[in-house]
Amino acid sequence: MTLKPVIAKEFKTVSAISGPLLFVQKTRNIAYGEYVEIISQDGSVRRGQVLETSFEMAVVQVFEGTGGLSREHTVVRFTGEPLRFPVSTDVIGRMFNGSGKVIDGGPPIIPKEKLDVNGAPINPKSRAYPTDFIQTGISAIDGMNTLSRGQKLPLFSGNGLPHNEIAAQIARQAKVRKTEEKFLLIFAALGITADEARFFRNSFEESGALSRSILFLNLAQDPTIERILTPRLALTTAEYLAFEEDYHVLVIITDMTNYCEALREISAAREEVPGRRGYPGYMYTDLATIYERTGRVVGKNGSITQMPILTMPNDDITHPIPDLTGYITEGQIIVDRALHRRGIYPPIDVLPSLSRLMKEAIGPNKTRDDHKELSDQLYYMYAEGRSLRELVAVVGEEALTERDHMYLKAADRFEREFISQGRYEERSIEQTLDIGWNILSSFPESELKRISLSTIQKYHPAKRHKV
Amino acid sequence: MLNQRLKHGIITKVVGPVIFAENMENIAMYEMVKVGLDKIIGEVIRIEGNNAVIQVYEDTTGVSPGEPVEPTGSLLSVELGPGLLNQIFDGIQRPLTILEKESGFFIKRGRYPEALPRNMKWPFVPIKKEADRVTAGDILGYVKESPLLEKHAIMVPPHIKEGKLSYIIKEGEYTVEEIIAKIDCGQNNIVEVSMITKWPIRKPRPIKRRVSTYLPLITGQRIIDALFPIAKGGTAAIPGGFGTGKTVMQHQLAQWADANVIVYIGCGERGNEMAEVLERFPELKDPRSGLPLINRTILIANVSNMPIAAREASIYTGMTIAEYYRDMGYDVALMADSTSRWAEALREISGRLEEMPGEEGYPAYLASRIAEFYERAGRCEVLGSDERYGSISVIGAVSPPGADFSEPVTQSTLRVVKVFWALDTNLAQRRHFPAINWLTSYSLYKNDLDLWFAKIFPDWPNLTKEIMQVLQEEEELIEIVRLVGPDALSETQKLILEYARKIREDYLMQQAYSPTDSYCDLKKNYHMMSLLSYFYNTAKALVDNGIPVSKINSLPAVQELGRMKFVPNEEFESFYHNLRERLKSDLSSLTKGVKS
Repeated sequence: MTLKPVIAKEFKTVSAISGPLLFVQKTRNIAYGEYVEIISQDGSVRRGQVLETSFEMAVVQVFEGTGGLSREHTVVRFTGEPLRFPVSTDVIGRMFNGSGKVIDGGPPIIPKEKLDVNGAPINPKSRAYPTDFIQTGISAIDGMNTLSRGQKLPLFSGNGLPHNEIAAQIARQAKVRKTEEKFLLIFAALGITADEARFFRNSFEESGALSRSILFLNLAQDPTIERILTPRLALTTAEYLAFEEDYHVLVIITDMTNYCEALREISAAREEVPGRRGYPGYMYTDLATIYERTGRVVGKNGSITQMPILTMPNDDITHPIPDLTGYITEGQIIVDRALHRRGIYPPIDVLPSLSRLMKEAIGPNKTRDDHKELSDQLYYMYAEGRSLRELVAVVGEEALTERDHMYLKAADRFEREFISQGRYEERSIEQTLDIGWNILSSFPESELKRISLSTIQKYHPAKRHKV
Repeated sequence: MLNQRLKHGIITKVVGPVIFAENMENIAMYEMVKVGLDKIIGEVIRIEGNNAVIQVYEDTTGVSPGEPVEPTGSLLSVELGPGLLNQIFDGIQRPLTILEKESGFFIKRGRYPEALPRNMKWPFVPIKKEADRVTAGDILGYVKESPLLEKHAIMVPPHIKEGKLSYIIKEGEYTVEEIIAKIDCGQNNIVEVSMITKWPIRKPRPIKRRVSTYLPLITGQRIIDALFPIAKGGTAAIPGGFGTGKTVMQHQLAQWADANVIVYIGCGERGNEMAEVLERFPELKDPRSGLPLINRTILIANVSNMPIAAREASIYTGMTIAEYYRDMGYDVALMADSTSRWAEALREISGRLEEMPGEEGYPAYLASRIAEFYERAGRCEVLGSDERYGSISVIGAVSPPGADFSEPVTQSTLRVVKVFWALDTNLAQRRHFPAINWLTSYSLYKNDLDLWFAKIFPDWPNLTKEIMQVLQEEEELIEIVRLVGPDALSETQKLILEYARKIREDYLMQQAYSPTDSYCDLKKNYHMMSLLSYFYNTAKALVDNGIPVSKINSLPAVQELGRMKFVPNEEFESFYHNLRERLKSDLSSLTKGVKS
């Protein structure tokens, strides 16, 4: 930004109020994206942002909603600055509402810096490719869809599925092994219920994670439009702590579906041409401004890892919200209803799940040298078993060959022994891989085509016990 | 020529990346302007009376009505000359390495460092001499730009019809701005030529004529080279849902395609993917020369959270650079990942302009813009009095929402491209990569290119045809199995299924990250096909004699087929002869078993 004088201007010329939007007339020289304070009749202050500005008029979106505002008595103060959030290491262990006000009863934050909540894109040249393995203690993730530091990996779930438990378990257990680095958790709630928020709080408290967490809570009864702001506050804080204070930050955002609903509401109020299912055409770009605020940069110690959670409407993965998310994030972890019904926890379906950064995060010195081959073989085995299951449904078990039975059995064992684990069970990567080997040891070696002979020699249980 | 003006326009309205301004007399369409007090760059995209609509290439937060708009008198252009290779630019050719040095790891606004380094000296070797007659496109001399491109041609600018070289500098090291030649075009018009030139990105560089495409672009990817090949100068689309491996495919092609220059446009995709290219390409070696691949690569990175108007411009920036190298007589391959993000940028700007929307909110001109872009590909005779040929092959990734190929961007693309590599979500979920669906993909170059392949390997066309037939038969047989169970199949049919499975798993699947499998040269590719075909045709005779498929399959030599892809290119020929012998003896041992 150049050195423009920062002058606040006040107007009382609200001409129209529509949904979350305020139309202010006869404004002059109001900047695009400027932060706005809206003072209502009773003196309370709401916050907003300029969405459109011209000589005649400015359009302001009000984060706290427009309920109770009147045309005549509302004062709109344009601050001449973008919306900034005060940050310092004091925020650690604190709790904020969705628009960044302290709600834990503690003292206000003494800022070290005030940062523009919209951030700026990281220069692709400056990025460091994520390669550090994060052990979540969950086999379905560590073994099959490995998470790494600086990755954005969402949980795609559905209503009534245990995504919260999985997220809480990851928050409890996530660690980079053999390091004593500074780790932080930032949790942003968007429109979740008070019960769910309490669940997360209790879970962090139990595990002692609360003192190294920062919570931003916009609950179901809180203003919808505030949800546009909440993740940006969380990520601005994360960027400061990661890149200025060298923390490794894990950001969990739930539920992104509510964020997209808020986006749609604003778009509808502005009477924009809708894209698919009424969501605005720029939703991809808008989501990217959240998800892409993740990663590592060359020359900085800290990192931001992002785990957004979203519930797929009607479990439909082609719905615009999961679809656009999947195009931006580096993979996805899919929570599956059929597995859940069968009583498997965590019900993660590893076949459609994916971690794009896995290949760089695993292997010797990171996890173990057999990891890649083993997970490839497990994938093949499970995919084969699953397609045979469909075949059984049609032609019955009798028609199957011996080889087919072997795969069917192994796929069942894979779900019961490998995927399934306790809510408080934390498996090391070695335990995870060894469970995989146990299942594969029921196959003759000639079926293990994706594993090299030398790896079989080294890790196959039959060979290992002989030594 | 655009008029000189002293007057500034005034901003009247700001809506995201779109700015409305008044007082803009004599402004030209697509003229570059400097917007606001920060002087950020924009481009005029609509003119109404004295008012203009401008799309701005950077974030407009903080810009307000009343601020000035300064015309520049030139169209949005890129700088062309030595120093492009090995670089990474944003969508409007800002060098990201220099931006990083100037403003740190967050991209700051309003900084426009020069795209080509001005102080660097390049070794120039003239090949023309004074008093030579020259015409547009003639090569004045060469610059060694990088180890993989030793002859960067400095050419007579396209607008010069005919002239006499009145001065040319002697061999030596010069910066891009030094005058290296003067051309006397008559009537006291003397044109000075330096190594740097500018070209507006939306205007295709002129050529002499288009010529037919008959040479394959060898990619080292088995399924592409054998079944769905692309020609040098051809166009291909890779549509696929998320997670189907579009980007890995594009990276593979950028690494291994046998082009002289690669232009890789990361258009609205992930920042980490560009970081991956930047980290890996300097380490990867060109299979032909053994030199790092980054030496022939130019990266354009306008990732998803960078300004969308610059995303719209990025593919034209990349294309203009590609045309520049084509004009020297090189084969250029351009990868755009992903054209859907570019189309979305068009849609967003169109929406801000309140244009009448077409299908799914895309502007009505979407199809024509896509066609225009792919039309800039092709193999042609370039300008110049010597007969030179160059080509641009374009490979565009498409990201259809919900993996639904009926959406407008995929459909408009398929109307113009000649190769369709359909990525399949089911294959990807089974970790079958590259996840190119062999039943729905096609290449319209296949027949023409088969002539070329047949010159090297006479039975190449037959082998590829056999593979396609078997895969088609497999599909039908699987349908039967689904309905009545595997018992209904005869042994012959079981052998076909087994052959098809071997083709899929041991041949078509190719591991991008395996050092021995990532790049498969034509010879290895051919030998793999012949081994599989030999296995099938020999085994078929055995099955006809009543030997069960399961018995054939358990032979060690047959099992060995499963590991052949990991045999390195250079060892493959001896491996091939060896395995073929063993297949022969193993299979014939079964015949003896029957007889005795």
